[in-house]
Amino acid sequence: MTDNTENTENAVGTKSTEPVERHSYDVVVIGAGGAGLRAAIEARHAGKRVAVISKSLFGKAHTVMAEGGAAAAMGNVNPKDNWQVHFRDTMRGGKFLNHFRMAELHAKEAPDRIWELETWGALFDRTKEGKISQRNFGGHEYPRLAHVGDRTGLELIRTLQQRVVALQQEDKASTGDYEANLRVFAETTIVRLLKDASGRIAGAVGYYRETGQFVVFEAPAVIMATGGIGRSYTVTSNSWEYTGDGHALALLAGAALVNMEFVQFHPTGMVWPPSVKGILVTESVRGDGGVLRNSEGKRFMFDYVPDVFRKQYAETEEEADRWYDDQENNRRPPELLPRDEVARSINSEVKAGRGTPNGGVFLDVSTRLPAEEIRRRLPSMYHQFKELADVDITAQPMEVGPTCHYVMGGIEVDPDTQGTVVPGLYAAGECSGGMHGSNRLGGNSLSDLLVFGRRAGLHAAEYIDGLGTAGKPAVAAADVDAALEEALAPLANADGENPYTLHHELQVTMNTLVGIIRKPEEVSEALTKLEEFKPRRTKVGAAGGRRFNPGWHVALDLRNMLIVSECVAKAALEREESRGGHTRDDHPAMSSKWRQINLICSLNEDGSGIDLKHQPIPTIRPDLLGLFEVSELQKYFTDEELTVLGDSAEPVAEAKPAGEAKPAAEPEVKSEPATESKAEAKSEPEAKPEAKTEPAPIPGQSNGEKAADTAADKVAEKSTEKSATAEAEEQTAQAEAEAQTEDAETAAEEK
Amino acid sequence: MGYKGKFKVWRGDASGGDLKDFEVEINEGEVVLDIIHRLQATQAPDMACRWNCKAGKCGSCSAEINGKPRLMCMTRMSTFEQDETVTVTPLRTFPVIKDLVTDVGFNYAKAREVKSFTPPKDLLPGEYRMQQIDVERSQEFRKCIECYLCQNTCHAVRDHEENKDNFSGPRYLMRVAELDMHPLDTADRKNSAQEEHGLGFCNITKCCTEVCPEHIRITDNALIPMKERVVDRKYDPLVWLGNKIRRRTSSDA
Amino acid sequence: MATDTIAPGPEAPAPLSPARAQIEQKTLRTDRWWLSPLLTMLVLVAFIFYATFRAFQNADYYTGNLISPFYSPCIATKCVPGSSLGGFKPFGDWWSISPALLILIFPLGFRMTCYYYRKAYYRAFWQSPPACAVAEPHGKYTGERRFPLILNNSHRYFFYAGLIFNTILSWDAILAFRNPAGQWGHMSVGTLVLIANAVLLWVYSLSCHSCRHIMGGKLKHFSKHPLRYKGWTLVSKLNHKHMLFAWVSLFGVALTDAYVALVANGTFSNPTFF
Ligand SMILES: Cc1cc2nc3c(=O)[nH]c(=O)nc-3n(C[C@H](O)[C@H](O)[C@H](O)COP(=O)(O)OP(=O)(O)OC[C@H]3O[C@@H](n4cnc5c(N)ncnc54)[C@H](O)[C@@H]3O)c2cc1C
Ligand code: SF4
Ligand code: SF4
Ligand code: FES
Ligand code: FES
Repeated sequence: MTDNTENTENAVGTKSTEPVERHSYDVVVIGAGGAGLRAAIEARHAGKRVAVISKSLFGKAHTVMAEGGAAAAMGNVNPKDNWQVHFRDTMRGGKFLNHFRMAELHAKEAPDRIWELETWGALFDRTKEGKISQRNFGGHEYPRLAHVGDRTGLELIRTLQQRVVALQQEDKASTGDYEANLRVFAETTIVRLLKDASGRIAGAVGYYRETGQFVVFEAPAVIMATGGIGRSYTVTSNSWEYTGDGHALALLAGAALVNMEFVQFHPTGMVWPPSVKGILVTESVRGDGGVLRNSEGKRFMFDYVPDVFRKQYAETEEEADRWYDDQENNRRPPELLPRDEVARSINSEVKAGRGTPNGGVFLDVSTRLPAEEIRRRLPSMYHQFKELADVDITAQPMEVGPTCHYVMGGIEVDPDTQGTVVPGLYAAGECSGGMHGSNRLGGNSLSDLLVFGRRAGLHAAEYIDGLGTAGKPAVAAADVDAALEEALAPLANADGENPYTLHHELQVTMNTLVGIIRKPEEVSEALTKLEEFKPRRTKVGAAGGRRFNPGWHVALDLRNMLIVSECVAKAALEREESRGGHTRDDHPAMSSKWRQINLICSLNEDGSGIDLKHQPIPTIRPDLLGLFEVSELQKYFTDEELTVLGDSAEPVAEAKPAGEAKPAAEPEVKSEPATESKAEAKSEPEAKPEAKTEPAPIPGQSNGEKAADTAADKVAEKSTEKSATAEAEEQTAQAEAEAQTEDAETAAEEK
Repeated sequence: MGYKGKFKVWRGDASGGDLKDFEVEINEGEVVLDIIHRLQATQAPDMACRWNCKAGKCGSCSAEINGKPRLMCMTRMSTFEQDETVTVTPLRTFPVIKDLVTDVGFNYAKAREVKSFTPPKDLLPGEYRMQQIDVERSQEFRKCIECYLCQNTCHAVRDHEENKDNFSGPRYLMRVAELDMHPLDTADRKNSAQEEHGLGFCNITKCCTEVCPEHIRITDNALIPMKERVVDRKYDPLVWLGNKIRRRTSSDA
Repeated sequence: MATDTIAPGPEAPAPLSPARAQIEQKTLRTDRWWLSPLLTMLVLVAFIFYATFRAFQNADYYTGNLISPFYSPCIATKCVPGSSLGGFKPFGDWWSISPALLILIFPLGFRMTCYYYRKAYYRAFWQSPPACAVAEPHGKYTGERRFPLILNNSHRYFFYAGLIFNTILSWDAILAFRNPAGQWGHMSVGTLVLIANAVLLWVYSLSCHSCRHIMGGKLKHFSKHPLRYKGWTLVSKLNHKHMLFAWVSLFGVALTDAYVALVANGTFSNPTFF
């Protein structure tokens, strides 16, 4: 571990005449958002030398913009909450297309990850007992989002940033150098991942935005944490960073992308003035009482509650309003349906001519809460509207409409290790796929970043340890040359097409043709256009020098945006159903057949485009399926799939008419935690059911990684260290909750 | 609705530069950052500026607009007269990289010098208990989006390069105050505030507060209280005596 | 306000880093940023002239029931008969100049070390800085780290002293419920003036930053000290308007003194209610 920063001519020995700076690390994390930083911290904890790379300044990644909160079933506000309920909500929200194992890990580990932040200095809002306060959010059964006003993402990233600094201070104390083991390369863009001859990750190449100079990172493990793809759309809540770099880089390196058709349109983005169109209006506005009305003043969401959600949502305004104060005895307002539902409903209202003058609907909190309270709970929304739109949200309604917000699809990873099919390549956060299924619940992203960021860091470290004597993969000089050549092309072509123009055309194409509602003929048209854009892309030019030249940066980002857009469009054309973030005009219903299919994108043979293939979705473990009522599952699954539930399915159905839900629910729920508590009492992680039931590993996962998996569980468990009784209590509480809130209603409803 | 507006944008780098004139279309509801983007897309593709969120949340787009340090994304064009020339220059206090982009490394260096959060050793994750009223003061300071406008405006370094070594600037003095007021921080920060971070340089002239886009009351709520805490520690014989006596009898803060 | 150490060096600006964007203008601000420091300076200068004149005048500060705040407490034997508080006159006949000079150091020191006035005079007089993002004309700047400006850290002691003065001035306001002959149960416009002055001074003192610190600001855990938290919350509210109270109470003192002076020198008579 010597200092290996060289700034000599061509330290990598490439043929190119470019001076290239070279660094060697154990782990390179691409992305300094929540996922990237959490991964870096974990890898550093594991004793690795880590570099974090970010396109923007340290602390400015997209995570900073998250507002509402981080979902974790800590049960601070409603003690009935626990991981099982969270798991159920997540699966329901994702319409059962989620990778069940990711949803499970996420629900189980999120509370620990949040608590850990406190030990690093985070200051969440508090409950009366001094615990972390939790707020309501769409799709979450109980108040679950840990938050700080409406700037939770800022708190999260600042805390992680300060944790990085704390580790650097430790290193400074022991080595005299802040950056000995953990260094942040800000304003550095990665343009290619590098592999060795045997196909393992060997590093990455990028350029410093400030100088335009190139830099090569040699590392046996690379973690992608680059966030989303929203810049391919005109109306988006995402920043310039979201050009899908991680998706594209991984794809180019041989990894696969899963379910790219699922793009979340957040129901409430600003619609006026035009220059801020798309900027997010946090869901907390609705969580805290805000309601949606059309131009006729009607709370239209009551008309749009889909069957699958009917029994959890209020039918009258009175009941909905009572819910804010008494959640035990009332059902939630339909404004808090999952985002895809709300976005589609707003879309329909506007199409039906009941929109506002600027093409949105009204979101009103001014008549719902006292002005003082609004300013306290939603300070940044108050400012945002005051300063950008001249609207006082304590006195007037806001105008809102859907905006491209989040991509559920992403790099296909192993649910436990976050490893991809490319050895040494990991992915976490928004750029990875699977966790959220077809639709992400609000607040599930921030916790996702922490849970899987940590896992990625841990497993990348284990992977390196496992490399042993086999040696570190070596970077091939020719690959670096090729990457430099590609990157320098626009500069050599100063008279080429304006990259901003092409970017704008791409945005318009995606926004209008592959937007919220998809028609096959429109998507096909988009694909044709994308094909036209491809050659144009290679001919764009960037005037000016290499130092901080945004024109050049856009020109380079275009490649990634085109790749990602093609994936989205191809998958959107393929999936003939409507589910979550994918709505097909010609197939408005959900199909149980399509639920069994993941659409996988990979680079085609000659690298000119995308291949799409069907892949069966991993089968959900029966103990997890058992957490749901059969009647609910029947809405999503085929009958054959449900036969695994076997006998237990029967009693549930039978018990209900008798109004005795409890005994029926118990045996099912118990079976799993019973083993689990035993395992925990013995503190023998191998005995854990989750370790026993191996999820189908995706190809390319080595044994070393599986060992890492159990180690991860061990760590996770240590930090929870909950007594078996506490766990059991949770179980009973959970069973009761189910009995009260759901089964009773279903019984009544189903006669 | 739309009109042609006059802009002057500083273009150049460390080796020199000057204000360049532009005429550019301006539409209703736009902010200065929109205009800079329009210039990039239509007239000056290599004009450098930083931005991310366009909603005043990330603190990337700091610049000086008509001489006032501000966020470009939160400065609406409607605050100017249509015939007014809008002048946009980079932050003055930091070395310029190119056009509107400056090297803000000073701030990251200062951030690293503040001793990080130091919780009680025996407190496990999940067992932290803090009352809302105890966290509120620090929460205000944690609203900081690190736009560095305050760091840029504080005359102690803006007009006196030589003070950069010994003065952390309002943002990081506020960070010290944040931790000193954190209900679970156990480190002592009073001496270091004065001796290492240069609290004494601040003459409470409040420019940091004036420019803070998050409306954090930096001077009133962080710097002055911190000065008072330093007085307790270093300059007030009565408090010193009181603490001496009390430490023998009880212990509470 | 007796220091010039802010700018000991040459008046030429120190070299700034050459790596900064080279912009010649001291500021590009287009608004009237100079207005506020100018006004501050004019008002403070006017006050200083008036106060100096009145303090040395050694006359017209007592009417038999009203006493000027500049001269209260009057603690020299040469004070106008009846003006001193409970006959407390430790300074004998040897003190031949104005008795105001014996006490003014306290209110003066209180205001000189006040966090708000510091801002005001640093900006208006020393132009350090004249306004935000306007270059200051000094080559060197050391802030409040050295003698004498480091003495500003003594503010809390002046605050304590200020409380004593407020109490005395409040008592003066009560004494104003007499007639010039010293009989109780009367009230005049002068009574109201003295009451207003005392109230303003209390509000100014209570909104003080040191007061806020002492009330509760120094605590780490508000939740363990609910009463002090209440006090702190209250003081914080007042503190928000400290600048306003600083000005209003300054005018208050000057106008009160002027009123007493005008009554004392017979320009007009103090209208009585009963
Ligand atoms: C306005 C808004 C509000 C939101 N609110 C919530 C909420 O309340 N709750 C919630 O759970 N989620 C919320 N989300 C979603 C959530 O914030 C994001 O999904 C999440 O922050 C993504 O984090 P990440 O770590 O994956 O990536 P990011 O935080 O986006 O970080 C990506 C990083 O990768 C870097 N990068 C990208 N490409 C490259 C490259 N080529 N080379 C080098 N570096 C690169 C970037 O510079 C950046 O540092 C919100 C999103 C938005 C836009
Ligand atoms: S108040 Fe202090 S820290 Fe803030 S700008 Fe003025 S001198 Fe700098
Ligand atoms: S304190 Fe305010 S002005 Fe200073 S960096 Fe933070 S947000 Fe910006
Ligand atoms: S772009 Fe984020 S603050 Fe302006
Ligand atoms: S701060 Fe102004 S009087 Fe104390």
